[in-house]
Amino acid sequence: MKYMLLIHQGDAPTPRDPEAWAHLSEDEQNAVYRDYQAINETPGVTPGLQLQAPEAATTVRVQDGRTLTTDGPFVAIKEALAGWVLFEADDLDAAIELAARIPAARLGGAIEVRPIAEW
Amino acid sequence: MVAILEQTFRDEWGRVLAALIGFLGDFELAEEAAQEAFAIAAERWPRDGAPEHPRAWLVTTGRNRALDRIRRDRTLAAKTRLLDVPEAVEDIVDDDTTIPDERLELVFTCCHPALSLDAQVALTLRTLGGLTTEDIARAFLVPDATMAKRLVRARSKIKTAGIPFRVPPPHLLPDRLAAVLAVVYLIFNEGYSSPPTRGELATEAIRLGRALAELMPDEAEVQGLLALMLLNDARRDARFADGAVVPLRDQDRSRWDAGQIAEGRVVLERALALGGRGPYLLQAALAALHMEEPADWPRIAALYGELARQTGSPVVELNQAVAIAEAGDVEAALALAERLELDNYHYLHATRAELLRRLDRVDDARAAYDRALALVHSEAERRFLERRRDGLGG
Repeated sequence: MKYMLLIHQGDAPTPRDPEAWAHLSEDEQNAVYRDYQAINETPGVTPGLQLQAPEAATTVRVQDGRTLTTDGPFVAIKEALAGWVLFEADDLDAAIELAARIPAARLGGAIEVRPIAEW
Repeated sequence: MVAILEQTFRDEWGRVLAALIGFLGDFELAEEAAQEAFAIAAERWPRDGAPEHPRAWLVTTGRNRALDRIRRDRTLAAKTRLLDVPEAVEDIVDDDTTIPDERLELVFTCCHPALSLDAQVALTLRTLGGLTTEDIARAFLVPDATMAKRLVRARSKIKTAGIPFRVPPPHLLPDRLAAVLAVVYLIFNEGYSSPPTRGELATEAIRLGRALAELMPDEAEVQGLLALMLLNDARRDARFADGAVVPLRDQDRSRWDAGQIAEGRVVLERALALGGRGPYLLQAALAALHMEEPADWPRIAALYGELARQTGSPVVELNQAVAIAEAGDVEAALALAERLELDNYHYLHATRAELLRRLDRVDDARAAYDRALALVHSEAERRFLERRRDGLGG
């Protein structure tokens, strides 16, 4: 089966926010880089592309034929999608185990595991 | 014949369904096939007599029905494991012992943490317990349609999300087994903690507990949970009088089920012999100790202490304090109760009041009774507390 692992950053610190990032020890910062690299190198994983911060998002709606654009993501900034990983695995347990290794999951964010529809 | 048939159906449903899911790899298809097989049996067995190996007959019949259905619908076949199965599968299996027992795979799938707890409970009762959707809806006081929808969604998620049909590997087993036991214990408590009308859920949970204990004979907590349920359920008839709960010390012991208590003690011994010290086992040991006369309060206090360290529950510590007082050390019991963060829990203040009364601190006891009375909701308990307070001297 194929799964999309949607990464939600939540309160997890990232290098984009140097102040929050500085709360992590150097060991923890290195572990974050190392863990993402290990995930991207896991067999079955297709790494996602890196997204700019949710603050850079523009949300688009069409009402009565008019295009309406608003600043920011569709959901709240904290709930916005931060990235994704595509994973081909035997079953949901394998996908859950990979999700649990994504640093955002342990630093205040969460991973949503969504099966890809196959026809 | 009808009674025999019903008993066979209840006993065999879980195993037949598990075997069909294992073979077909599809919950919905397997359940439809099982239902068809049982319906055919209900029609034929009274007329022609039951087959020598009813389980094998049911599995084979269900499997053949599913294969027929798949042949009619090739697109479905593409989505099941059947493509990998050789043609010989239609040979009649004529011996029950050749049917693999896949109930454990089934229960771990039903209690997978990716399903909501409500769904885990409903699915376990439906698939392993063989209860009908209507039975489960009635037991959980929800409309039939709501329960039917819950079951459909759960089966559908198992399929679309790829929840595996297997016993979890060792590194996942402790967590997943805890989830299975939690579901069984929740079903038990739904039946046990409410008035006797829902007692069938407690009986059903014990059936599930027995099946698990048979399937995982070396897991101490599985045995511990079965012992706990047997011992508590043995007092079911004595627990209620006139719609009110009767506390253990006031229960009519002649209404306890002595046979079931004896069985519970045997299972408890088995769990202890396996070296277990988990929370279910400790609760079972406490249930057994509470039923002894006279009760061994120092040992009860020690076991509550051990359980409190495992669970971190202040309510368990409050029970420990009561046991310490019963064992004779009222000062120590009060010291323990005073440091618990349960300020909004009326039992804490009722317990403190009782301990203060025993220490002749009448004014403090009265204040504690007042605090308990300000928090209590049940009218029966309010009257009890008022009587205690007004009986204070001074």
